Amino acid sequence: MKYMLMIYAGAVEADGTTTEVGDFDAWMSYDKQVRDAGIMVSGESLADLVTATTVRVDETGVRTVTDGPFTEAREVLGGFYVIDVPDLDAALDWAARCPGSSGDGAVVVRPVADFGA
Amino acid sequence: MTGGRESGTDLRIEDVFREEHGRLLAALARRFGDLDLAEEAAADALEAAVARWPVDGVPPNPGGWLMTTARRRAVDRLRRDRALAVRLAILRVEAERAETSPETSHDRNDDLPDERLRLFFTCAHPALPADDRVALTLRFLGGLGTPEVARAFLVPAETMAKRLTRAKKKIAEARIPFRVPGADELPGRLPVVLQALYSIFTEGYAASSGPGLQRVDLAEEAIRLARILHTLLPGERRETAGLLALMLLVHARRATRVGPDGALALLDDQDRARWDRDVIDEGRALTAAALTGGPPGPYGVQAAIAALHAEAPDVASTDWPQIVALYDVLQALTPSPIVALNRAVAVAMRDGPDAGLALLDGLRNEPKLRAHHPYQAARADLLDRLGRRTEAASAYQAALELAGTDPERAYFRRRLAALEAQPRE
Repeated sequence: MKYMLMIYAGAVEADGTTTEVGDFDAWMSYDKQVRDAGIMVSGESLADLVTATTVRVDETGVRTVTDGPFTEAREVLGGFYVIDVPDLDAALDWAARCPGSSGDGAVVVRPVADFGA
Repeated sequence: MTGGRESGTDLRIEDVFREEHGRLLAALARRFGDLDLAEEAAADALEAAVARWPVDGVPPNPGGWLMTTARRRAVDRLRRDRALAVRLAILRVEAERAETSPETSHDRNDDLPDERLRLFFTCAHPALPADDRVALTLRFLGGLGTPEVARAFLVPAETMAKRLTRAKKKIAEARIPFRVPGADELPGRLPVVLQALYSIFTEGYAASSGPGLQRVDLAEEAIRLARILHTLLPGERRETAGLLALMLLVHARRATRVGPDGALALLDDQDRARWDRDVIDEGRALTAAALTGGPPGPYGVQAAIAALHAEAPDVASTDWPQIVALYDVLQALTPSPIVALNRAVAVAMRDGPDAGLALLDGLRNEPKLRAHHPYQAARADLLDRLGRRTEAASAYQAALELAGTDPERAYFRRRLAALEAQPRE
Protein backbone atom coordinates (compact mmCIF):
# COMPACT_ATOMS: atom_id res chain seq x y z
CA MET A 1 0.00 0.00 0.00
CA LYS A 2 1.43 3.34 -1.07
CA TYR A 3 1.29 6.41 1.12
CA MET A 4 2.46 9.92 0.41
CA LEU A 5 4.16 11.65 3.31
CA MET A 6 3.67 15.35 2.65
CA ILE A 7 6.19 17.34 4.61
CA TYR A 8 4.99 20.70 5.87
CA ALA A 9 8.12 21.83 7.57
CA GLY A 10 9.27 24.87 5.67
CA ALA A 11 9.84 28.23 7.27
CA VAL A 12 9.39 31.27 5.02
CA GLU A 13 12.13 33.87 5.43
CA ALA A 14 11.59 37.59 5.01
CA ASP A 15 13.01 37.43 1.47
CA GLY A 16 10.56 34.69 0.48
CA THR A 17 13.06 31.85 0.56
CA THR A 18 12.15 28.76 2.54
CA THR A 19 14.26 26.71 4.88
CA GLU A 20 13.42 23.27 6.15
CA VAL A 21 13.46 22.32 9.81
CA GLY A 22 15.88 19.68 10.99
CA ASP A 23 19.57 19.67 10.23
CA PHE A 24 21.03 18.35 7.02
CA ASP A 25 22.47 15.24 8.67
CA ALA A 26 19.08 14.29 10.10
CA TRP A 27 17.50 14.50 6.64
CA MET A 28 20.33 12.51 5.04
CA SER A 29 20.06 9.83 7.69
CA TYR A 30 16.28 9.62 7.30
CA ASP A 31 16.56 9.41 3.52
CA LYS A 32 19.06 6.57 3.86
CA GLN A 33 16.77 4.72 6.29
CA VAL A 34 13.83 4.97 3.87
CA ARG A 35 15.95 3.64 1.01
CA ASP A 36 17.57 0.89 3.07
CA ALA A 37 14.16 -0.31 4.29
CA GLY A 38 13.20 -1.01 0.68
CA ILE A 39 9.99 1.02 0.96
CA MET A 40 10.97 4.04 -1.14
CA VAL A 41 8.79 4.65 -4.20
CA SER A 42 9.76 8.24 -4.81
CA GLY A 43 10.56 11.42 -3.00
CA GLU A 44 11.55 14.97 -3.73
CA SER A 45 12.44 18.10 -1.89
CA LEU A 46 10.76 21.16 -3.39
CA ALA A 47 12.58 24.39 -4.31
CA ASP A 48 11.84 27.66 -2.53
CA LEU A 49 8.25 28.79 -2.48
CA VAL A 50 9.37 32.04 -4.11
CA THR A 51 9.89 30.02 -7.30
CA ALA A 52 6.30 28.69 -7.39
CA THR A 53 3.97 29.59 -10.25
CA THR A 54 0.20 28.94 -10.46
CA VAL A 55 -1.62 28.13 -13.70
CA ARG A 56 -5.38 28.24 -14.25
CA VAL A 57 -7.32 27.69 -17.48
CA ASP A 58 -10.85 29.13 -17.66
CA GLU A 59 -13.82 27.69 -19.55
CA THR A 60 -12.88 29.57 -22.75
CA GLY A 61 -9.43 28.04 -22.70
CA VAL A 62 -7.60 31.21 -21.64
CA ARG A 63 -4.56 30.51 -19.54
CA THR A 64 -3.75 32.65 -16.48
CA VAL A 65 -0.31 32.42 -14.97
CA THR A 66 0.41 34.02 -11.60
CA ASP A 67 3.37 34.20 -9.30
CA GLY A 68 2.96 32.29 -6.06
CA PRO A 69 0.99 31.26 -4.11
CA PHE A 70 2.38 32.78 -0.96
CA THR A 71 0.88 31.30 2.10
CA GLU A 72 1.17 30.79 5.83
CA ALA A 73 4.52 29.33 6.80
CA ARG A 74 2.97 26.16 8.20
CA GLU A 75 1.12 25.48 4.96
CA VAL A 76 4.21 25.31 2.80
CA LEU A 77 4.72 21.89 1.27
CA GLY A 78 8.48 21.45 1.41
CA GLY A 79 8.78 17.96 -0.01
CA PHE A 80 7.35 14.49 -0.04
CA TYR A 81 8.05 10.81 0.05
CA VAL A 82 5.91 8.07 -1.45
CA ILE A 83 6.52 4.86 0.47
CA ASP A 84 5.11 1.36 0.11
CA VAL A 85 4.32 -0.18 3.50
CA PRO A 86 1.73 -2.70 4.74
CA ASP A 87 -0.65 -0.38 6.61
CA LEU A 88 -1.32 3.04 8.09
CA ASP A 89 0.46 2.27 11.36
CA ALA A 90 3.68 1.59 9.47
CA ALA A 91 3.22 4.79 7.43
CA LEU A 92 2.62 6.80 10.62
CA ASP A 93 5.81 5.36 12.11
CA TRP A 94 7.82 6.54 9.12
CA ALA A 95 6.14 9.95 9.34
CA ALA A 96 7.05 10.21 13.02
CA ARG A 97 10.69 9.39 12.25
CA CYS A 98 10.88 12.07 9.53
CA PRO A 99 12.73 15.20 10.71
CA GLY A 100 9.91 17.22 9.12
CA SER A 101 7.40 16.10 11.79
CA SER A 102 9.46 17.59 14.63
CA GLY A 103 9.64 21.14 15.89
CA ASP A 104 7.09 23.34 14.17
CA GLY A 105 6.77 20.92 11.28
CA ALA A 106 4.09 18.40 10.42
CA VAL A 107 3.82 15.45 8.08
CA VAL A 108 0.46 14.67 6.49
CA VAL A 109 0.02 11.01 5.57
CA ARG A 110 -2.28 10.24 2.65
CA PRO A 111 -2.90 6.87 1.02
CA VAL A 112 -2.32 6.87 -2.72
CA ALA A 113 -5.57 5.97 -4.51
CA ASP A 114 -5.46 2.53 -6.07
CA PHE A 115 -7.60 2.17 -9.19
CA GLY A 116 -6.10 -1.20 -10.08
CA ALA A 117 -8.19 -3.54 -7.97
CA MET B 1 -36.97 -9.08 20.04
CA THR B 2 -40.42 -8.40 21.43
CA GLY B 3 -43.00 -11.09 22.10
CA GLY B 4 -42.06 -14.66 22.87
CA ARG B 5 -39.83 -13.46 25.71
CA GLU B 6 -41.23 -16.28 27.81
CA SER B 7 -39.77 -18.81 25.39
CA GLY B 8 -36.55 -20.20 26.82
CA THR B 9 -34.93 -20.45 23.41
CA ASP B 10 -35.50 -16.78 22.65
CA LEU B 11 -33.92 -15.73 25.90
CA ARG B 12 -30.99 -18.00 25.23
CA ILE B 13 -30.57 -16.60 21.73
CA GLU B 14 -30.49 -13.05 23.08
CA ASP B 15 -27.84 -13.99 25.62
CA VAL B 16 -25.72 -15.67 22.99
CA PHE B 17 -26.05 -12.70 20.65
CA ARG B 18 -25.04 -10.26 23.34
CA GLU B 19 -22.00 -12.31 24.22
CA GLU B 20 -21.02 -13.42 20.75
CA HIS B 21 -21.84 -10.47 18.53
CA GLY B 22 -18.69 -8.50 19.31
CA ARG B 23 -16.53 -11.62 19.10
CA LEU B 24 -18.12 -12.61 15.81
CA LEU B 25 -17.59 -9.17 14.26
CA ALA B 26 -14.01 -9.06 15.50
CA ALA B 27 -13.18 -12.53 14.19
CA LEU B 28 -14.72 -11.75 10.79
CA ALA B 29 -13.00 -8.37 10.57
CA ARG B 30 -9.69 -10.01 11.35
CA ARG B 31 -10.27 -12.83 8.87
CA PHE B 32 -11.50 -10.76 5.94
CA GLY B 33 -9.91 -7.42 6.79
CA ASP B 34 -13.08 -5.54 5.99
CA LEU B 35 -15.62 -4.17 8.47
CA ASP B 36 -18.48 -3.91 5.96
CA LEU B 37 -18.12 -7.52 4.94
CA ALA B 38 -17.84 -8.53 8.61
CA GLU B 39 -21.05 -6.64 9.45
CA GLU B 40 -22.99 -8.20 6.58
CA ALA B 41 -21.78 -11.72 7.25
CA ALA B 42 -22.48 -11.38 10.98
CA ALA B 43 -25.98 -10.06 10.29
CA ASP B 44 -26.62 -12.98 7.91
CA ALA B 45 -25.45 -15.49 10.49
CA LEU B 46 -27.53 -13.98 13.27
CA GLU B 47 -30.55 -13.95 10.99
CA ALA B 48 -29.98 -17.62 10.17
CA ALA B 49 -29.69 -18.39 13.89
CA VAL B 50 -32.99 -16.63 14.63
CA ALA B 51 -34.63 -18.79 11.95
CA ARG B 52 -32.97 -22.09 12.81
CA TRP B 53 -32.29 -22.24 16.54
CA PRO B 54 -35.92 -22.08 17.73
CA VAL B 55 -36.60 -25.09 15.45
CA ASP B 56 -33.35 -27.07 15.76
CA GLY B 57 -32.37 -25.93 19.25
CA VAL B 58 -29.33 -23.85 20.21
CA PRO B 59 -26.21 -25.67 18.95
CA PRO B 60 -23.68 -26.88 21.54
CA ASN B 61 -21.06 -24.39 20.33
CA PRO B 62 -23.15 -21.33 19.35
CA GLY B 63 -20.13 -19.13 18.66
CA GLY B 64 -18.57 -21.70 16.35
CA TRP B 65 -21.92 -22.21 14.58
CA LEU B 66 -22.24 -18.45 14.02
CA MET B 67 -18.66 -18.19 12.78
CA THR B 68 -19.03 -21.08 10.33
CA THR B 69 -22.30 -19.71 8.99
CA ALA B 70 -20.95 -16.16 8.75
CA ARG B 71 -17.81 -17.35 6.95
CA ARG B 72 -19.87 -19.23 4.37
CA ARG B 73 -21.99 -16.14 3.78
CA ALA B 74 -18.87 -14.00 3.43
CA VAL B 75 -17.36 -16.42 0.93
CA ASP B 76 -20.64 -16.43 -1.07
CA ARG B 77 -20.54 -12.67 -1.11
CA LEU B 78 -16.91 -12.66 -2.29
CA ARG B 79 -17.83 -15.07 -5.13
CA ARG B 80 -20.44 -12.59 -6.32
CA ASP B 81 -18.19 -9.54 -5.89
CA ARG B 82 -14.95 -10.26 -7.73
CA ALA B 83 -13.49 -6.77 -7.28
CA LEU B 84 -13.91 -6.95 -3.51
CA ALA B 85 -12.47 -10.46 -3.48
CA VAL B 86 -9.37 -9.35 -5.36
CA ARG B 87 -8.88 -6.36 -3.09
CA LEU B 88 -9.23 -8.45 0.06
CA ALA B 89 -6.96 -11.17 -1.31
CA ILE B 90 -4.22 -8.61 -1.85
CA LEU B 91 -4.82 -7.31 1.67
CA ARG B 92 -4.46 -10.80 3.11
CA VAL B 93 -1.26 -11.50 1.25
CA GLU B 94 0.22 -8.21 2.44
CA ALA B 95 -1.02 -8.74 5.98
CA GLU B 96 0.54 -12.17 6.12
CA ARG B 97 3.76 -10.80 4.69
CA ALA B 98 3.74 -8.13 7.41
CA GLU B 99 2.95 -10.52 10.27
CA THR B 100 6.10 -11.58 12.03
CA SER B 101 4.40 -14.55 13.66
CA PRO B 102 1.54 -15.68 11.45
CA GLU B 103 -1.36 -17.06 13.44
CA THR B 104 -2.99 -19.53 11.14
CA SER B 105 -4.24 -22.06 13.66
CA HIS B 106 -7.76 -20.68 13.75
CA ASP B 107 -8.07 -20.67 9.98
CA ARG B 108 -8.56 -24.39 10.06
CA ASN B 109 -11.25 -24.81 12.66
CA ASP B 110 -14.60 -23.24 13.29
CA ASP B 111 -13.98 -21.96 16.79
CA LEU B 112 -14.62 -18.33 17.39
CA PRO B 113 -11.18 -16.87 18.11
CA ASP B 114 -11.22 -13.84 20.38
CA GLU B 115 -9.94 -11.07 18.13
CA ARG B 116 -11.66 -8.28 20.03
CA LEU B 117 -8.43 -6.83 21.39
CA ARG B 118 -7.29 -5.99 17.86
CA LEU B 119 -10.66 -4.47 17.12
CA PHE B 120 -10.51 -2.22 20.20
CA PHE B 121 -7.35 -0.68 18.77
CA THR B 122 -8.76 -0.40 15.25
CA CYS B 123 -12.01 1.24 16.39
CA ALA B 124 -10.18 3.63 18.70
CA HIS B 125 -7.35 4.45 16.30
CA PRO B 126 -5.97 7.97 16.80
CA ALA B 127 -6.26 8.57 13.02
CA LEU B 128 -10.06 8.60 13.45
CA PRO B 129 -12.02 11.53 14.93
CA ALA B 130 -12.79 11.08 18.65
CA ASP B 131 -16.56 10.81 18.18
CA ASP B 132 -16.12 8.19 15.47
CA ARG B 133 -13.94 6.10 17.77
CA VAL B 134 -16.73 6.01 20.33
CA ALA B 135 -19.35 5.21 17.66
CA LEU B 136 -17.27 2.42 16.12
CA THR B 137 -16.54 0.92 19.54
CA LEU B 138 -20.25 0.83 20.37
CA ARG B 139 -21.13 -0.58 16.95
CA PHE B 140 -18.46 -3.24 16.58
CA LEU B 141 -17.45 -4.19 20.12
CA GLY B 142 -20.73 -3.42 21.82
CA GLY B 143 -22.61 -4.99 18.93
CA LEU B 144 -25.15 -2.16 19.06
CA GLY B 145 -27.20 -1.56 15.93
CA THR B 146 -26.73 1.72 14.10
CA PRO B 147 -30.04 3.15 15.49
CA GLU B 148 -28.91 2.30 19.03
CA VAL B 149 -25.53 3.97 18.47
CA ALA B 150 -27.42 6.99 17.12
CA ARG B 151 -29.51 7.08 20.30
CA ALA B 152 -26.33 7.02 22.39
CA PHE B 153 -25.18 10.16 20.57
CA LEU B 154 -28.68 11.65 20.41
CA VAL B 155 -28.44 12.06 16.64
CA PRO B 156 -30.77 10.74 13.91
CA ALA B 157 -30.01 7.17 12.75
CA GLU B 158 -29.30 8.45 9.25
CA THR B 159 -26.63 10.85 10.57
CA MET B 160 -25.00 8.02 12.51
CA ALA B 161 -25.14 5.68 9.49
CA LYS B 162 -23.27 8.30 7.44
CA ARG B 163 -20.69 8.82 10.18
CA LEU B 164 -20.06 5.08 10.53
CA THR B 165 -19.81 4.70 6.75
CA ARG B 166 -17.23 7.48 6.57
CA ALA B 167 -15.22 5.99 9.44
CA LYS B 168 -15.27 2.51 7.86
CA LYS B 169 -14.18 4.03 4.56
CA LYS B 170 -11.17 5.56 6.26
CA ILE B 171 -10.29 2.26 7.95
CA ALA B 172 -10.56 0.39 4.63
CA GLU B 173 -8.93 2.93 2.31
CA ALA B 174 -6.22 4.33 4.56
CA ARG B 175 -5.75 0.74 5.72
CA ILE B 176 -5.91 1.16 9.45
CA PRO B 177 -4.73 -2.29 10.50
CA PHE B 178 -6.41 -4.89 12.71
CA ARG B 179 -3.54 -5.34 15.08
CA VAL B 180 -2.59 -4.98 18.70
CA PRO B 181 0.10 -2.31 18.98
CA GLY B 182 3.50 -3.46 20.15
CA ALA B 183 4.65 -2.87 23.73
CA ASP B 184 6.54 0.27 22.65
CA GLU B 185 3.39 1.76 21.05
CA LEU B 186 0.93 0.83 23.81
CA PRO B 187 1.65 3.84 26.07
CA GLY B 188 0.45 6.05 23.21
CA ARG B 189 -2.40 3.90 21.95
CA LEU B 190 -4.06 2.45 25.05
CA PRO B 191 -5.17 5.84 26.47
CA VAL B 192 -7.09 6.45 23.22
CA VAL B 193 -9.01 3.18 23.70
CA LEU B 194 -9.64 3.95 27.39
CA GLN B 195 -10.84 7.43 26.46
CA ALA B 196 -13.41 5.97 24.05
CA LEU B 197 -14.74 3.66 26.77
CA TYR B 198 -14.81 6.46 29.32
CA SER B 199 -16.74 8.66 26.88
CA ILE B 200 -19.40 5.95 26.61
CA PHE B 201 -19.53 5.76 30.39
CA THR B 202 -19.72 9.50 31.05
CA GLU B 203 -22.52 9.90 28.53
CA GLY B 204 -24.31 7.12 30.47
CA TYR B 205 -23.45 8.53 33.88
CA ALA B 206 -24.17 12.17 33.16
CA ALA B 207 -26.17 12.42 29.98
CA SER B 208 -25.43 15.69 28.21
CA SER B 209 -29.13 16.28 27.56
CA GLY B 210 -32.55 14.71 27.81
CA PRO B 211 -35.18 13.91 30.41
CA GLY B 212 -33.02 11.55 32.49
CA LEU B 213 -29.77 12.25 34.27
CA GLN B 214 -28.38 8.77 33.71
CA ARG B 215 -28.54 6.28 30.89
CA VAL B 216 -27.74 3.18 32.83
CA ASP B 217 -27.63 0.96 29.73
CA LEU B 218 -24.75 2.99 28.28
CA ALA B 219 -22.85 3.05 31.57
CA GLU B 220 -23.25 -0.73 31.85
CA GLU B 221 -22.13 -1.24 28.26
CA ALA B 222 -18.98 0.79 28.98
CA ILE B 223 -18.30 -1.35 32.06
CA ARG B 224 -18.88 -4.56 30.07
CA LEU B 225 -16.43 -3.42 27.38
CA ALA B 226 -13.83 -2.30 29.95
CA ARG B 227 -14.06 -5.75 31.56
CA ILE B 228 -13.44 -7.42 28.19
CA LEU B 229 -10.48 -5.14 27.51
CA HIS B 230 -9.08 -5.77 30.99
CA THR B 231 -9.36 -9.53 30.46
CA LEU B 232 -7.75 -9.52 27.02
CA LEU B 233 -4.89 -7.08 27.54
CA PRO B 234 -1.51 -8.66 27.96
CA GLY B 235 1.12 -6.99 30.11
CA GLU B 236 0.46 -3.53 31.49
CA ARG B 237 -3.14 -3.42 32.70
CA ARG B 238 -3.02 -0.95 35.57
CA GLU B 239 -4.72 1.97 33.85
CA THR B 240 -7.39 -0.34 32.44
CA ALA B 241 -7.98 -1.63 35.97
CA GLY B 242 -8.12 2.02 37.09
CA LEU B 243 -10.72 2.91 34.47
CA LEU B 244 -12.84 -0.13 35.30
CA ALA B 245 -12.55 0.66 39.03
CA LEU B 246 -13.53 4.29 38.47
CA MET B 247 -16.57 3.28 36.45
CA LEU B 248 -17.67 0.69 39.01
CA LEU B 249 -17.24 3.01 41.99
CA VAL B 250 -19.28 5.73 40.30
CA HIS B 251 -21.84 3.27 38.97
CA ALA B 252 -22.33 1.89 42.51
CA ARG B 253 -24.09 5.17 43.37
CA ARG B 254 -26.52 5.04 40.44
CA ALA B 255 -29.67 4.32 42.52
CA THR B 256 -29.12 7.39 44.69
CA ARG B 257 -28.11 10.03 42.16
CA VAL B 258 -31.67 11.12 41.47
CA GLY B 259 -33.97 11.78 44.43
CA PRO B 260 -37.62 10.69 44.71
CA ASP B 261 -38.67 14.13 43.42
CA GLY B 262 -36.74 13.52 40.18
CA ALA B 263 -34.05 16.08 41.07
CA LEU B 264 -30.30 15.47 41.02
CA ALA B 265 -28.97 14.38 44.42
CA LEU B 266 -25.38 15.40 45.17
CA LEU B 267 -23.03 13.40 47.39
CA ASP B 268 -24.27 14.93 50.65
CA ASP B 269 -27.92 14.14 49.82
CA GLN B 270 -27.34 10.56 48.66
CA ASP B 271 -28.54 7.68 50.81
CA ARG B 272 -25.28 5.79 51.15
CA ALA B 273 -27.01 2.69 52.48
CA ARG B 274 -28.33 2.27 48.94
CA TRP B 275 -24.92 2.36 47.29
CA ASP B 276 -24.17 -1.00 45.70
CA ARG B 277 -21.68 -2.56 48.14
CA ASP B 278 -20.73 -5.52 45.92
CA VAL B 279 -19.83 -3.20 43.08
CA ILE B 280 -17.89 -0.97 45.49
CA ASP B 281 -15.90 -3.95 46.78
CA GLU B 282 -14.96 -4.95 43.24
CA GLY B 283 -14.05 -1.34 42.43
CA ARG B 284 -11.86 -1.03 45.52
CA ALA B 285 -9.98 -4.22 44.70
CA LEU B 286 -9.34 -2.98 41.17
CA THR B 287 -8.26 0.42 42.52
CA ALA B 288 -5.64 -1.32 44.64
CA ALA B 289 -4.43 -3.20 41.54
CA ALA B 290 -4.31 0.07 39.57
CA LEU B 291 -2.14 1.77 42.20
CA THR B 292 0.28 -1.11 42.74
CA GLY B 293 3.48 -1.81 40.86
CA GLY B 294 4.38 1.56 39.42
CA PRO B 295 3.48 5.24 39.30
CA PRO B 296 -0.31 5.72 39.10
CA GLY B 297 -2.04 6.90 35.93
CA PRO B 298 -4.93 9.37 35.75
CA TYR B 299 -7.68 6.71 35.88
CA GLY B 300 -6.07 5.00 38.86
CA VAL B 301 -5.94 8.33 40.72
CA GLN B 302 -9.57 9.12 39.91
CA ALA B 303 -10.55 5.63 41.06
CA ALA B 304 -8.69 6.26 44.34
CA ILE B 305 -10.71 9.47 44.83
CA ALA B 306 -13.96 7.61 44.08
CA ALA B 307 -12.90 4.85 46.52
CA LEU B 308 -12.40 7.41 49.32
CA HIS B 309 -15.95 8.65 48.75
CA ALA B 310 -17.24 5.08 48.70
CA GLU B 311 -15.52 4.25 51.99
CA ALA B 312 -16.76 7.29 53.92
CA PRO B 313 -19.98 6.99 55.96
CA ASP B 314 -20.90 10.60 55.10
CA VAL B 315 -19.57 13.78 53.51
CA ALA B 316 -18.29 15.28 56.79
CA SER B 317 -16.11 12.30 57.69
CA THR B 318 -14.72 11.90 54.16
CA ASP B 319 -10.91 12.06 54.01
CA TRP B 320 -10.80 15.46 52.27
CA PRO B 321 -7.08 16.09 52.85
CA GLN B 322 -6.30 12.85 51.04
CA ILE B 323 -8.73 13.75 48.23
CA VAL B 324 -7.05 17.15 47.81
CA ALA B 325 -3.68 15.39 47.67
CA LEU B 326 -4.97 13.02 44.97
CA TYR B 327 -6.32 15.95 42.95
CA ASP B 328 -2.84 17.48 43.17
CA VAL B 329 -1.43 14.26 41.66
CA LEU B 330 -4.14 14.27 38.98
CA GLN B 331 -3.51 17.92 38.18
CA ALA B 332 0.18 17.10 37.63
CA LEU B 333 -0.67 14.10 35.39
CA THR B 334 -3.46 15.71 33.36
CA PRO B 335 -3.69 19.45 34.03
CA SER B 336 -7.16 20.78 33.21
CA PRO B 337 -9.57 23.42 34.48
CA ILE B 338 -12.08 20.64 35.30
CA VAL B 339 -9.56 18.97 37.63
CA ALA B 340 -8.81 22.39 39.16
CA LEU B 341 -12.56 22.87 39.74
CA ASN B 342 -12.89 19.51 41.51
CA ARG B 343 -9.80 20.25 43.56
CA ALA B 344 -11.24 23.62 44.62
CA VAL B 345 -14.41 21.90 45.87
CA ALA B 346 -12.30 19.43 47.89
CA VAL B 347 -10.25 22.31 49.33
CA ALA B 348 -13.51 23.98 50.38
CA MET B 349 -14.42 20.81 52.27
CA ARG B 350 -10.99 20.65 53.89
CA ASP B 351 -10.33 24.32 54.68
CA GLY B 352 -13.74 25.97 54.48
CA PRO B 353 -15.83 27.71 51.78
CA ASP B 354 -13.65 30.86 51.69
CA ALA B 355 -10.57 28.92 50.57
CA GLY B 356 -12.55 27.01 47.94
CA LEU B 357 -14.23 30.13 46.59
CA ALA B 358 -10.89 31.92 46.21
CA LEU B 359 -9.67 29.04 44.03
CA LEU B 360 -12.89 28.99 42.01
CA ASP B 361 -12.71 32.74 41.40
CA GLY B 362 -9.18 32.25 40.16
CA LEU B 363 -10.62 29.99 37.43
CA ARG B 364 -13.16 32.63 36.34
CA ASN B 365 -11.56 33.25 32.95
CA GLU B 366 -11.09 29.62 31.93
CA PRO B 367 -12.88 29.23 28.58
CA LYS B 368 -13.64 25.57 29.32
CA LEU B 369 -15.54 26.48 32.48
CA ARG B 370 -17.58 29.32 31.01
CA ALA B 371 -20.39 27.04 29.82
CA HIS B 372 -19.75 24.30 32.41
CA HIS B 373 -22.68 24.32 34.82
CA PRO B 374 -20.90 22.40 37.62
CA TYR B 375 -18.57 25.42 37.93
CA GLN B 376 -21.49 27.78 38.50
CA ALA B 377 -23.16 25.25 40.81
CA ALA B 378 -20.00 24.89 42.93
CA ARG B 379 -19.65 28.67 43.20
CA ALA B 380 -23.33 29.00 44.12
CA ASP B 381 -23.03 26.41 46.86
CA LEU B 382 -19.96 28.07 48.45
CA LEU B 383 -21.51 31.56 48.18
CA ASP B 384 -24.64 30.21 49.84
CA ARG B 385 -22.60 28.71 52.68
CA LEU B 386 -20.89 32.08 53.13
CA GLY B 387 -24.29 33.78 53.37
CA ARG B 388 -23.79 35.72 50.12
CA ARG B 389 -27.31 34.95 48.94
CA THR B 390 -27.73 37.38 46.06
CA GLU B 391 -24.52 36.18 44.41
CA ALA B 392 -25.46 32.56 45.15
CA ALA B 393 -28.83 33.06 43.47
CA SER B 394 -27.30 34.51 40.33
CA ALA B 395 -24.79 31.64 40.15
CA TYR B 396 -27.60 29.07 40.51
CA GLN B 397 -29.51 30.94 37.83
CA ALA B 398 -26.49 30.65 35.52
CA ALA B 399 -26.17 26.92 36.31
CA LEU B 400 -29.89 26.43 35.61
CA GLU B 401 -29.55 28.02 32.20
CA LEU B 402 -26.52 25.87 31.30
CA ALA B 403 -27.81 22.52 32.59
CA GLY B 404 -28.77 19.91 29.96
CA THR B 405 -31.04 17.47 31.79
CA ASP B 406 -34.33 17.73 33.69
CA PRO B 407 -33.01 16.37 37.05
CA GLU B 408 -30.23 18.96 37.06
CA ARG B 409 -32.66 21.76 36.27
CA ALA B 410 -35.01 20.49 39.02
CA TYR B 411 -32.12 20.54 41.50
CA PHE B 412 -31.06 24.10 40.65
CA ARG B 413 -34.68 25.32 40.82
CA ARG B 414 -35.01 23.78 44.27
CA ARG B 415 -31.83 25.45 45.48
CA LEU B 416 -33.03 28.79 44.08
CA ALA B 417 -36.36 28.36 45.86
CA ALA B 418 -34.57 27.50 49.13
CA LEU B 419 -32.50 30.70 48.83
CA GLU B 420 -35.63 32.78 48.30
CA ALA B 421 -37.28 31.16 51.33
CA GLN B 422 -34.42 32.07 53.68
CA PRO B 423 -35.17 35.03 55.95
CA ARG B 424 -33.60 38.29 54.77
CA GLU B 425 -30.19 38.92 56.27
